[in-house]
Amino acid sequence: MIQRIPVVEKILSANDRLAEHNRTKLDSAGVFSYNLMASPGAGKTSLIERTIAGLAGRSRVAVIDGDIATSIDADRARAAGAIAVQINTGGECHLDAVMLQSALDTLDLNSVDLLIVENVGNLICPASFKLGTHTSVLIASVPEGDDKPYKYPGMYRGVDALVINKVDLLPYVEFDMEYFRRGVEILNPGLVTFPLSCRTGEGLEAWLEWVAAGRIEEMSAEGSPT
Amino acid sequence: MHEMVITESVLKTALEHAGAAGASRITDIHLVVGQLSTFVDDSIQFYWDIISQGTLAEGAQLHFRRVPAELLCLECEAHYTLPGDDLACPECGGTQVRIVAGDELNLEAIDVETDGDTVPASTGAGG
Ligand SMILES: Nc1nc2c(ncn2[C@@H]2O[C@H](COP(=O)(O)OP(=O)(O)OP(=O)(O)O)[C@@H](O)[C@H]2O)c(=O)[nH]1
Ligand SMILES: [Mg+2]
Ligand SMILES: [Zn+2]
Repeated sequence: MIQRIPVVEKILSANDRLAEHNRTKLDSAGVFSYNLMASPGAGKTSLIERTIAGLAGRSRVAVIDGDIATSIDADRARAAGAIAVQINTGGECHLDAVMLQSALDTLDLNSVDLLIVENVGNLICPASFKLGTHTSVLIASVPEGDDKPYKYPGMYRGVDALVINKVDLLPYVEFDMEYFRRGVEILNPGLVTFPLSCRTGEGLEAWLEWVAAGRIEEMSAEGSPT
Repeated sequence: MHEMVITESVLKTALEHAGAAGASRITDIHLVVGQLSTFVDDSIQFYWDIISQGTLAEGAQLHFRRVPAELLCLECEAHYTLPGDDLACPECGGTQVRIVAGDELNLEAIDVETDGDTVPASTGAGG
């Protein structure tokens, strides 16, 4: 005898619930948080180093670094002056809310103002797993090519801000900024965008202003964790 | 790669519900996949065949039902389903929009076999 049982459960509901829990923890500690996502080598750690240095004396920054292996990136963030924790995912292609939860447990959140999470370098998987951070940021970089919004729509669709890194390389590589931005506009209309170079420092001021302005009160009306 | 995690979660959820219903075997798994979801059916199927072995769900058929994305325009409050890749509002051209549905992956239902005498006749009719 065959019987149908209605279930109606979100497959990622366990992760989503834990993300809510992480968000509550960050909220109550008054720590505004960013989830940085990008392909490998786009400049996530470079931007984190620049951000820590640029906000020195203004905001105390903690960094959680996700990588498949090594603690190279957390060491770089620490050398730049932040409290940093490395998560090694042991092969997983993204961070999830469980990994963030255990990293948060090792941080003294009361001694920081901002938290930056560096997700695993990957343009597909991190988009599906909420962490509980307040804001998600995608870093594109000029040498990756101008077709990336068209090829990785899921990632461009879900983010709250976009950095276009390595603009110092624009004279040397074929990158049609108009074409790139048109693709972004289709997927995520009106997305706040920061073209900049971590090498020369061009464009960093606007980014730093935006990061430093992140406040829990402003975001909480918007609701869901990223 | 993360389809492995997803598939484990599908199996776990299905087994919980089958166990609660006293089922002896799961024959079918009904999944709802949003248009904007990034999960790959074939990949879920691949992992499913491996991890369902030796469980109540071994050999169960996976069904994927695709649902369109639903959007809300924050400028003119129009509700619309996504026609293509362009998220902008078809009514007013507005670009401040919210995705209401379309990135989900839900387990909608499971079909199970139960030993006949444990099921009241009235609830035996499946879909
Ligand atoms: N020319 C140029 N190179 C840059 C810029 N920003 C970063 N790089 C270089 O790009 C390379 C990768 O930078 P990372 O910051 O390590 O990139 P990542 O995204 O953290 O890399 P993974 O963590 O390995 O995925 C390094 O060699 C950087 O020096 C930039 O603005 N211009
Ligand atoms: Mg890095
Ligand atoms: Zn509209």
